[in-house]
Amino acid sequence: MTSPQADAALPPHEVTPARKGTVWRRLRQRPAAVLSAAVLIVLVLLALGAPLLAALEGQDPTTYHDDLIDSARGGVPLGSYGGISADHWLGVEPGTGRDMFARLLYGARVSLLIALGATAVQVLIGVVVGLAAGLGNRLADQVLSRFTEVLTALPMLVIAISLTAIVPADFPRPLLLVLVIGLLSWFGTSRIVRARTLALKKLDHVAAARLGGAGPLRVARRELLPSLAAPVITYAAVLVPGNIVVEASLSFLGIGVRPPTASWGQMLSTATTWFRADPVYVLLPAGFLLVTVLAFTVLGDVVRTALDPRERSRLRIGTRAGRKEKPPKKEKHDVREKREKEAVV
Amino acid sequence: MTGYALRRLGGGLLVLFLLTVAVYALFYVAPGDPAKLACGPRCNPGQIQQVRERLELDAPVLTQYLHFLQGLVAGRDFSSGTAVLHCDAPCLGLSYQNSSPVTELLADRLPVTASLALGSMVLWLLLGVGTGLLSALRRGGTTERVLTGLTLAGTATPVFITGLLLLMVFCAYLQWLPFPSYVPLSEDPEQWAWNLLLPWTALALLESAKYARLTRSSTLETLAEDHIRTFRAYGVRERSVVTRHALRGALPPVIALTALDLGTMFGGAMLTEELFGLPGIGQLLVHSVRVVDLPVVVGVVLGTGAAVIVANVVADVLHALADRRVALT
Repeated sequence: MTSPQADAALPPHEVTPARKGTVWRRLRQRPAAVLSAAVLIVLVLLALGAPLLAALEGQDPTTYHDDLIDSARGGVPLGSYGGISADHWLGVEPGTGRDMFARLLYGARVSLLIALGATAVQVLIGVVVGLAAGLGNRLADQVLSRFTEVLTALPMLVIAISLTAIVPADFPRPLLLVLVIGLLSWFGTSRIVRARTLALKKLDHVAAARLGGAGPLRVARRELLPSLAAPVITYAAVLVPGNIVVEASLSFLGIGVRPPTASWGQMLSTATTWFRADPVYVLLPAGFLLVTVLAFTVLGDVVRTALDPRERSRLRIGTRAGRKEKPPKKEKHDVREKREKEAVV
Repeated sequence: MTGYALRRLGGGLLVLFLLTVAVYALFYVAPGDPAKLACGPRCNPGQIQQVRERLELDAPVLTQYLHFLQGLVAGRDFSSGTAVLHCDAPCLGLSYQNSSPVTELLADRLPVTASLALGSMVLWLLLGVGTGLLSALRRGGTTERVLTGLTLAGTATPVFITGLLLLMVFCAYLQWLPFPSYVPLSEDPEQWAWNLLLPWTALALLESAKYARLTRSSTLETLAEDHIRTFRAYGVRERSVVTRHALRGALPPVIALTALDLGTMFGGAMLTEELFGLPGIGQLLVHSVRVVDLPVVVGVVLGTGAAVIVANVVADVLHALADRRVALT
């Protein structure tokens, strides 16, 4: 239990995270949450079942079908709408005739796997650095905080892309992407974890554990991590859509997974030469990518507000709170924090 | 004020120095043999040895790094057995691909990237600040809901999708615009603008979403301040309250963010340049990464880093100039 002083020093939500049942109820009340969750479940099922579904269609993602493309017109799929037919449910790829349905599903695997893996790396590094800064002595905190600050200011996408140049060619590509994207932006997580750790450190149960001789590792695991879970999960949910975009961007630049592995970004990159002749080839991967990113974005926002109702919904979708929202409290703008999710240009 | 600016500049220089150390360590001490890379795939051991000597790869790392720094400040010479290649300061080394100085390569491509960044900046400021202001003033109404939705879509859509859709509509379907190909401003200003219109728009649509959000929240904050209430109480017309007073209070963070974004973009808007085939710094980086041309990669990283660090200092100083409260803390 916490002392009255500690309660007064902290906003109440930092001491008692929302109860599980409440969170579920809040989530279910928002149609946007249900819809985006449904979309994501379907997507995950499609990705997991990719080999099965492709077999059901009777196709695979890598076989070339020269008979389905018009070599006289440079390889445009025969038939209307990118060659959609009973055999090829979403048509075939221009130039190669590979099956689009299978390629899009296999692309979903790449996208989700790398984005989620990268999020895990970001959370892991963020939590470790944040805890170290929060629990360590003043010097450690200073050094780590400065370091994080400097890294936040640097053009991380440029650096990440450059790093792929020096990695040996036989290093597994998906793992490389997970690491590179993961190293790209763990700063937000570490900042949040550090701030929460500093606040939690003042609580009685943490102080008691430390006085009782528990080392920093034990304190972190037993006393801090349970209370850190909610904010960290929230922030992780917000990171996922950004990671999907970065993966697609790297693939678009030809630095993603290697062919013949299918990925949405790489399809869109090929599509830059086909957009006149075969618009369907642009629209399909673009649609998949957009729906995924939007669903994760909305879900992230919803999770954030459900775990902590005092946070205003940033998107204000399907919530009445948006209408009654009070003018924000006056606070000094730190533009750099607004840039936490640096736009990928 | 001057003291504040100098402090920021000093911090920036320190970070830049640390960046050169980190980048140098990462790229030249990393696994893989730079000499083999520089020489190309069909080199025999003797040739590789020659390259190694030319690049001083046998010298201790610290010596190599000091020479690198020396090149940055004062320029340096590379001897290739017979000829001596001089590389003027700031020398970032010679490209493995064609032995031209990296600084020159960067300078060649800077106008393209600058055209792209500055042109789209005008668009995104108009779009973003306009949208943000409108949604702050129409708070709670349908207008705001629609604008919020559009802003969300704008942030979530990667620039290459927006760009591809623009290409499909304006190049392929309506055929109003040609597929962009870069024409230097000095050659033909009209063609320059026509060709860059689509890249500008694609980039601006992405960026303006961020600015709309920032303008909205910053305007709402300013409108809630005491002096605005006082102006209203004195009967100052609403239009004047908004344009003369609220906007003025809301703009400093927007200005600061613009400086930061421009800094990042001078390092190359890789995706936009790659999509539209613009020969800018971003395209140079992507190409160099594909062929593992380390000096160029390092040059772009350091150049971008420098641009971003300068932008940070400029942003801080502009922010402080526009809002004097900032410098006091």
